[in-house]
Amino acid sequence: MHPNAEKIQAKFPDAFLSEKEWRGDLSVTVKKDAIVPICRCLHDDPGMDFDYIVHISSVDFPEDPERFEVVYEFYSIRRRERIRIKARVTEEDCAIDSVTGIWKGADFMEREVFDMMGIRFNHHPDHRRILLPDEYDEGYPLRKDFPLAGKGWRDTFEFITEGAHKKTT
Amino acid sequence: MTTETNPETNLKTVESPGEHPVAGVPVPNKALPLLRTEKLMLNMGPQHPSTHGVLKVVLELEGERIVKAIPVLGFLHRGVEKLAEDGTYHQFIPHTDRLDYVCAMYNNFAYVRAVEKLLDMKVPERAEYLRTIVAEVQRIIGHLFWLGTQALDIGAMTVFFYTFREREVLLDFFDDLCGARLTTTWYRIGGVENDISPKLIEHLYKFLENFSEKLDEYNALLETNRIWLARTKGIAVISAQDAISFGLSGPTLRGSGVDYDLRKYEPYGAYDKVQWDVPVGKNGDTYDRYWIRILEMKESAKIVKQCLDQLPQGPYMVEDPRVTLPPKDKVFTNLEHMIRQFKLFTQGFRTPPGEIYCGTEAHKGELGFYIVSDGSGKPYRLKIRAPSFIHMGAFDFMARGYMIADIVTIFGTYDIVMGECDR
Repeated sequence: MHPNAEKIQAKFPDAFLSEKEWRGDLSVTVKKDAIVPICRCLHDDPGMDFDYIVHISSVDFPEDPERFEVVYEFYSIRRRERIRIKARVTEEDCAIDSVTGIWKGADFMEREVFDMMGIRFNHHPDHRRILLPDEYDEGYPLRKDFPLAGKGWRDTFEFITEGAHKKTT
Repeated sequence: MTTETNPETNLKTVESPGEHPVAGVPVPNKALPLLRTEKLMLNMGPQHPSTHGVLKVVLELEGERIVKAIPVLGFLHRGVEKLAEDGTYHQFIPHTDRLDYVCAMYNNFAYVRAVEKLLDMKVPERAEYLRTIVAEVQRIIGHLFWLGTQALDIGAMTVFFYTFREREVLLDFFDDLCGARLTTTWYRIGGVENDISPKLIEHLYKFLENFSEKLDEYNALLETNRIWLARTKGIAVISAQDAISFGLSGPTLRGSGVDYDLRKYEPYGAYDKVQWDVPVGKNGDTYDRYWIRILEMKESAKIVKQCLDQLPQGPYMVEDPRVTLPPKDKVFTNLEHMIRQFKLFTQGFRTPPGEIYCGTEAHKGELGFYIVSDGSGKPYRLKIRAPSFIHMGAFDFMARGYMIADIVTIFGTYDIVMGECDR
């Protein structure tokens, strides 16, 4: 096991779920309730020192009981190491605590996850949509059940279906 | 007259002038000031020329001071991440051109590197060198573009004409290399589209010969220009600690004195085979970032020259029929190659299930791709870590307390392109 994963497991035995190293990337899956203490530890512990936030992302697995996965990627400027933290969220309780108190850059990244996937972030200072308009109510586009062609307003259009032009000849 | 400092905005506010400023009539009671002040909301954009695309900022002003600046994004949102889930890995390469349309080559590079990491693929040495050469040429183009437009926005128009003169020479190089100036799509998974010709190598050598003199020309216009100094020194300052906390990258982060360059510390391409340095600033203001970009252009010229000198012979594409595209000239004459091309574009190649993140140092900052694969021919989820978007997260923090005229400098200091920011 990677030493960073071991440290997380030693400090948070209840919240630690699994660890995987693939293609040189270390990813640790944890319980969503402990995301803020774990992130605080990653940021403040001098042995970890993950002071740089790379991105926050989300993945949709519609078949799984815990449908959404929130993905955090951190980097340590001094130690030049990377770590990926993942936490699962259910569709019914689609919320996770915000890490804006630890990394300021998490503000926009969490807003984007909310905008695209509909995962709420508790205690976020400015919880609004970011790329789509505030009044947009057709859902969350990066969910797997959202059609590629869009929905709502576009449903009222008549599209020429594939092969339709052949029937006229 | 009394002055008070507002702890929230750290601004001095003048209260109760004591007498009427124009008529000179004494004001009887200080509790009844004649000049009423209130905060002004101002919409800047989305059609302002200095926003380089379509960006709106809602400014809260106290006189001419910015109290709050809220960026409103998404005017250029095209759902690229959703489109990626519907196409094969090869089909997404042209989409990456349209992210940061000023520097398409680097976006291609970042994407194909991520897919190669997913496939655990090793690229031939000549391809690595070619990739590095073209990426650094693209970096020079990007920085020239930034220098010209930033100076233009601030009011120095001449620089724009000079930098665009050199930019044209390099865009002609791209034109001869791949047939397009801006949306290039030259990188391929496993290598590059075509080899570089001796004529193009001559073209680059000729350009590099007097490029440093050209840089001195721009510096002569700006370096000690009083207007340029007044409008860039001490503007958009951010400390190293805050810059790291916001996740800034590229020259914006290095301007604050943080030595973070993926080309140096997670080397890829041929960057570890040539000699070059990472320029780092001190004050974290726009002037330092300007200097870093100038020095980076010099370093890029050094890298290109060394790579051209060392350029090894050999293939420029991996020969792996399951993954890489067949040579274009054979597709039209050879049946097997045509079938291979058809299969790769309709079904794609299968990737091992898993997830990777791969960051690349583009000229704006760290451009990363996070790809989740479920073992099929299409990405299950593709997330783009766009530096412009993350830089906009620090915009409010960096703009507070400056004058309204400085907002143009603060836009420009990140070198934002909205196509990448909104995706």
